[in-house]
Amino acid sequence: MTTHTLSEATSRAVVSAAGIEVSPYVTAPDAAAAVEAAAELDRPLVAKLCGDSIAHKSERGLVRLDLASDEALERATNELVAAARPEDGEVELLLSTMVAGRRELIAGLTHDPQFGMTVMLGVGGVLAEAIADVSFRLAPITAVDAHEMIDELDTQRLLGPFRGEPAVDRRAVAAVLVGLSDLAAGDPAIVSVDLNPLVIVDGRPVAVDALVERTGARP
Amino acid sequence: MTTDLSPLFEPRGVVVAGASSHPGKFGFVSLHNILACGYEGDVFALGREAGEVLGVQVLDSADQIPEGRADLVFVCTPPSANEALIREVAARGVRAVFMAAGGYSEAGADGRAAEDDLVALCDELGLILAGPNGQGVVSPPVDLCAQIVAPYPPRGAIAIASQSGNFVSSFQNYATQTGIGVSRAVSAGNAAQLGIVDYLDWFAQDPQTAVSLIYVEGIEDGRQFYERAAAVARVKPIVVLKGGASTGGQRAAASHTGALATDDAVFDGMCRQAGLVRARNVEDAFEAAASFATQPLPAGNRVAVLTSVGGWGVLTADAMAGTTLDLVELPSELRAELDAKLPPRWSRNNPIDMAGGETRDTIPEVLELIAAHPDIDSVIFLGLGIQSNTAALMRSGPFYPDHGIERIVDFHERQDARYATTAAEVSERHGKPILVATELAVAAPDNAGVVATRRSGRLCYAAADRAVRALDAMSRYATFRQRRGL
Repeated sequence: MTTHTLSEATSRAVVSAAGIEVSPYVTAPDAAAAVEAAAELDRPLVAKLCGDSIAHKSERGLVRLDLASDEALERATNELVAAARPEDGEVELLLSTMVAGRRELIAGLTHDPQFGMTVMLGVGGVLAEAIADVSFRLAPITAVDAHEMIDELDTQRLLGPFRGEPAVDRRAVAAVLVGLSDLAAGDPAIVSVDLNPLVIVDGRPVAVDALVERTGARP
Repeated sequence: MTTDLSPLFEPRGVVVAGASSHPGKFGFVSLHNILACGYEGDVFALGREAGEVLGVQVLDSADQIPEGRADLVFVCTPPSANEALIREVAARGVRAVFMAAGGYSEAGADGRAAEDDLVALCDELGLILAGPNGQGVVSPPVDLCAQIVAPYPPRGAIAIASQSGNFVSSFQNYATQTGIGVSRAVSAGNAAQLGIVDYLDWFAQDPQTAVSLIYVEGIEDGRQFYERAAAVARVKPIVVLKGGASTGGQRAAASHTGALATDDAVFDGMCRQAGLVRARNVEDAFEAAASFATQPLPAGNRVAVLTSVGGWGVLTADAMAGTTLDLVELPSELRAELDAKLPPRWSRNNPIDMAGGETRDTIPEVLELIAAHPDIDSVIFLGLGIQSNTAALMRSGPFYPDHGIERIVDFHERQDARYATTAAEVSERHGKPILVATELAVAAPDNAGVVATRRSGRLCYAAADRAVRALDAMSRYATFRQRRGL
């Protein structure tokens, strides 16, 4: 089956439309525009080079963190634009507030060859695959299913009050899972979605990266 | 729509095709088992040998079977013979085929083609088809033991369907050992026409069945399995043992979510969503099913542990960690009531350690107090059989029956029997599970407490942690139902 991924900016728009909170962001075509576009975002910022053909940015060093000043932002975005390769096709800069939270979850959709579309919740953000504390359900799910997914994670202590941060808002996490389920129900072309990581900010889950994969060739 | 499987599980009569006088052949063993286990319907034998096998006249043509006298044909003949056979018996009124013979899809491409033809033939004739390559079908309510293996389990309320015939035998062996019996059992074999979910559908409306117990490895249409099994689980509990849980690792996937979607993680989530109770091994699977079949469903997860010895209670509490069960704080009024019944050294908390302070009526009275309390949903009782175990050594020693030994031995055994009977009676009366666990269930199955537990229709759990896992299975199913308003 031929599939294609959407750029982070497009993916963010898709999941936002499903009611899932993403970190505040803007896009810009180049470094100069980036400084102007990012003026209203809380800092520090993260800058990423994104495009339909760039699925995993951090593996290629296309993410710059902790950008507080305009100078740092301009330097970082210039480097990112210079790092673009011809095969990346059309690219743009995505600038987003670095939200603060010590805890990270992962949530998503994936198509299982046996059971069809599934909804997933896991612990760990970038460490998710090593931790492998995950829960799956078949889409569509109910709110009851979503709460049971949260309940069955092994690392429950991570979900309570943690190092000065409040407990994870389970209803908000459940709403993300139901939102993913609704997204799958509304768009049969979706093959997978990653919200990774889903940072817990003041107890609420905020997606700071999103990747949507759809069937068919890249338009 | 539910396929009517009554011709398979409650046939008016049975034809054994391929009947043989050689006691090692399927065509002998199956006929033997049907006759030996007391099936009361008509039994016919079809075969090429003239004369009788086990007192049954061997017929050389299905034409000799009286019309409408047999619903089921148990087939031991090879694929090449079976089209003609099935057409002939169908013409005599047979409605169900159990195909014990192999040589079908498990045997390569030619076998696959033969299996497709077999299914098409049965569909054309309106026959239900179990197997091929299956060990048999067992239905104690009608004393039917149509299988090429053993054992023949006692009657009960557990319905078994398995993609591997050996697990049917394993579960039936436990049924025989524990006395917690079986309503139906079928080896699905290659599941050419009837699959596990078809059996589940029928078990859901079978009045003899309280719980289904299934073994699965591969599932062809996962979505359909999920939807149909979920519908059945709303009616009756289903316990699932899954083979291949550790295989099927991560897939190549563009997404991290996909990379985390192992076969087992998705299967596990599907079970939880459908309300299927998954067990981790054969014993747990059987004991979960046995619990559903014999105990009331708990109203919640609050457990009291009653023990005559401290250490057992400690380990039981440990075993409950990581389950959905809650070893609740004892309500203060219950603690006060227990104070009046137990010596001052009792634990005064849960587990309720009686600290060896029991007198004649302590255990029955304490069981009643605990089970009656509205904040307790279920009880695990440890320590049954100690007195009878002491009695057994006295009875077998050189001083028996003198020195007052006979009298005390009788007392001990009466007491243990009374505890077991009381546990079942109190459980029924309050509609709460009371699980009795002792290693004597296997170490000394003739122990009076163990025997009385069995006689009460209950499982005597062989270890406290096994009782904990069985109760956890019931609690999870009860919670699933409550959360969905069922």
